[in-house]
Amino acid sequence: MSTATPGGGGEVHHFRRMVAVWVVLSVALDLVYAFVLGPHVPPGTMTSTAANQQSDFNVLFIIAVPVVLAVWVYGAYALITWRASRSGPGDPAADARAHSHLGVQIGWIATTTVLVLGLFVFGLVELVVSTGAGGGQGPDPLWTPTSHEVLPVQVIGQQWAFTFRYPTFGGFETHDLVLPDDTTIAFHVTSLDVIHSFWAYQLGVKADANPSEDNIAYTTTQQVGSFTVRCAELCGLWHGAMFNDGRVVPKDQFMVWAQTTERDSAASTKLLPPFSYTYVPDANGADGGYYPDNVDPYSNVETYGAASPGTSG
Amino acid sequence: MALDMRDTVGAEHAGGPPPPPVPRRRRPGWAGPSVVRALVGAVGGYAFGHWVGNLIAAGYSNVQASGQNDVAVVLGLAIGVVGWLAGAGVFDYPLAKVVGREPLPPTPSRSWTRYFTPSLDHKVIGLQYAVVVLLFFFTGGLLAMAIRTELLSPTNHVLGPGTYIAVVGEHGTIMMMMASSIVVGPLGNWLVPLMIGSRRMAFPRVESCSLWLFAAGYLVILTALPLGGFPTGWTGYAPLQTQATAGMDSYLVGFAVVGMGMILAGFNLAATIINYRAPGMSWGRVPIFVWSILATSALLTLATPTLVIAGLFGVLDRTAQTAFFVNEHGGSSYLWENLFWFFGHPEVYIMALPGFGIVAEMLPVFTRKPLFAYRVGAAGMVGVALLSFFVWQHHLFQSGINPDMRPLFMLTTELISIPTGFIFLVGLGTLWRAKIRFEVPMLFALGMFFNFLIGGVTGVFLSDVPINVTVHGSYFVLDHFHYTIMGGLVFAFFGGLYYWLPKMTGKTLDKRLGQWHFWTMFVFFNLTFFPLFLVGLLGQPRRVFEYASNLQVLNDFSSVSAFFLGASFLIFVVNFVWCVFIDPKPAPANPWGSRGLEWQTATPVPPHNFDRIPVVLSDPYRYGEPDAPPVADLGPESLALAGVVAPAPLAGGPGGDAAPGGEADPRPPIA
Repeated sequence: MSTATPGGGGEVHHFRRMVAVWVVLSVALDLVYAFVLGPHVPPGTMTSTAANQQSDFNVLFIIAVPVVLAVWVYGAYALITWRASRSGPGDPAADARAHSHLGVQIGWIATTTVLVLGLFVFGLVELVVSTGAGGGQGPDPLWTPTSHEVLPVQVIGQQWAFTFRYPTFGGFETHDLVLPDDTTIAFHVTSLDVIHSFWAYQLGVKADANPSEDNIAYTTTQQVGSFTVRCAELCGLWHGAMFNDGRVVPKDQFMVWAQTTERDSAASTKLLPPFSYTYVPDANGADGGYYPDNVDPYSNVETYGAASPGTSG
Repeated sequence: MALDMRDTVGAEHAGGPPPPPVPRRRRPGWAGPSVVRALVGAVGGYAFGHWVGNLIAAGYSNVQASGQNDVAVVLGLAIGVVGWLAGAGVFDYPLAKVVGREPLPPTPSRSWTRYFTPSLDHKVIGLQYAVVVLLFFFTGGLLAMAIRTELLSPTNHVLGPGTYIAVVGEHGTIMMMMASSIVVGPLGNWLVPLMIGSRRMAFPRVESCSLWLFAAGYLVILTALPLGGFPTGWTGYAPLQTQATAGMDSYLVGFAVVGMGMILAGFNLAATIINYRAPGMSWGRVPIFVWSILATSALLTLATPTLVIAGLFGVLDRTAQTAFFVNEHGGSSYLWENLFWFFGHPEVYIMALPGFGIVAEMLPVFTRKPLFAYRVGAAGMVGVALLSFFVWQHHLFQSGINPDMRPLFMLTTELISIPTGFIFLVGLGTLWRAKIRFEVPMLFALGMFFNFLIGGVTGVFLSDVPINVTVHGSYFVLDHFHYTIMGGLVFAFFGGLYYWLPKMTGKTLDKRLGQWHFWTMFVFFNLTFFPLFLVGLLGQPRRVFEYASNLQVLNDFSSVSAFFLGASFLIFVVNFVWCVFIDPKPAPANPWGSRGLEWQTATPVPPHNFDRIPVVLSDPYRYGEPDAPPVADLGPESLALAGVVAPAPLAGGPGGDAAPGGEADPRPPIA
């Protein structure tokens, strides 16, 4: 990575010393990183995508260490060795190689190109293998899980809270994001107003919530525990206070929780608009309704000819 | 058609007696074009526009329902800008031409008041730009102090969410506007004609107009604060933009105004560099700084129109109730994201490239060596400029847009690190077996390489989609671009100021204070921003006023360092004010012993730059070659001045296509 030397007696001597320092430092730092820091790097290993992001970060860090050190070691060596106070009078004699050196230039360009293309291939494989790496893929995901058991969970962003709907459990709505362990989850992220971003930090999931858009992100849980949800896209006044807690629980506990919540919230679920992947304001949307034309449960003025909420189902 | 350029700088040397002036009564001094008249025009224009807006839209149902008339605000701001330009006298010349009157010649002033009036001298405009840029910078810096004060505690609030978000948006937008012109404006305008051996810019009136537009942008974006601020940050995402209060209008109009200034500055610089190079200034001899400005100019000219148009769409959505960015009515919230970043990513390189140019320009001077791999460096700048148009969707990896394009944008983003790496090849190669002098500008250049390396490497992390999922929208991203823009561009800019201010002002800056400035800025910059990488990785989103309590130690460490970082700029202010105004010591013509053409002029540089258009004989980086020719043949008197690098007057021209010694400018003014 360091510039190769343009041949010559004293130059080889400088170059060897630089390389020696560089190799020792790089190996030492990389080992410390790989075995001491790396396993603790966020976002952890709670899901497949989180683990994938952690290992990607570690691989890039281990590659970055020698690159950065090459520049630092070279720079430090140059600044110490070739500072003016150690040089003789007059400018150092410049030959043609001081202007350019074909070997060094080709070596530099080839090295950086190989490195960059290698990183690209690595990143591409990791993106595809982990079904989109936990990022939102829009309404038509390109990389989908092979598992037949996918739990859909809808995330609705609005100023300034996230709510979650479980379509396979009657479409109940809750502020508690509870997920079963060892299960592939499909998050369907949408918004009722402005752009939010659903960031389930420890799950390694991030997907923007756009109004009228269904943004799908996949992950597979692999550990129980709690996690934090924060909004990662500036959405107005209380953006900084827009967060939830969630937890991953064993499958049987999840079933109990989901069925209980579905039963307990049946009355309020009936008041909700029917489950849909996006929610668009209807003709009454001007006053903030997100309901089909015949349902306006909160209107105390007029219902635009709709049946009363209790009977509309 | 002949354009009359008689009253531009250097025209008196253009040969041929000027035609007899048509006598016309000059206005009294107080009524002439000036910053005072411009302010009066701005205030009057705002009042008039606001009145018209109320006339038009006061009865609109949405205005009556919300009590907020965006039409009045937008018209007020827009006509206020027109009033500002009119007051500054930007329209005097073209309007006089339109009505067929002989325009007034500019006041031939050498007094300090010329810095407060529109000028046609690129050196005056450059210094005016410097003042406005520093105003921008210190305003944005004070807002940054407010941000870090709020973040001292995770739950106790100094500002509260509303003020905090207004401050964050104002800080980001002001800094982005500032950074788009921080080098191009002051140093680009001041240096490019001198570096390429020209007496003037291609379009001096356009240059003046770009400065006054830029200054108007500063005033417009400041009006956001009394109008209640805007909640979107500098990215202005719709539909939050559409629902925001009147401060948003200042953002949209302000960015459009600054954008128009950027377009004008960009094509003016490009036209100057392409057409006004002195004889002998071939593309292989153009200073690397000029290459960086040329690449930046291309970006300014081609990318910025997208911003202006996006701003117009936003204004229409907010005033005429169109729905460009409203999903429910057939628009798209992705449209703003696409348009904004289609401008925004080239904008990032508008901020990076001139910094590269500055450090590459200074390195040979302080290493006493030729610039290593000059051609690769120039190619790298052009390559970065080209590629920068193909990376914008890496800001939208999780937005749900085009998942099939993700591999492409990951590839282009990673590819751009190759031409960026060329700059490091140039820097490191130049250090090889050099004679490194740790003067203040050199310290800043080295600091720039140190910081930009961290910023660049973290950029590669961000380009990797899986890692991007976890760090996007977090302090990691924030930190990455503060390392590239603040750590890269701003360090390079201050290095450039320490390097060129002796030439620009004719005064010597204090070296010891400069060293203090560098070391405090460098140390506290890294202490401020390095912990924020961890803060981001540990899950703190950007632009939040509340955060997890376990991150308080890191945030407080960063905040306290930030206060010291802010204070470090006071050292610069003290140094500048003391050495330029209070106790000035005249600077020698070439204090650093540079071969650069701009240093071969007298200090202060005469208004016409060169007594005779120089004939360029070599590139400016041939240090350590005893038999290298001087950089240019400037005529007998000027060569004696150059001393260090051009010891003997050149006997006769070295051949070549242009005849040295001619009195006339070989490139006559536009005719």
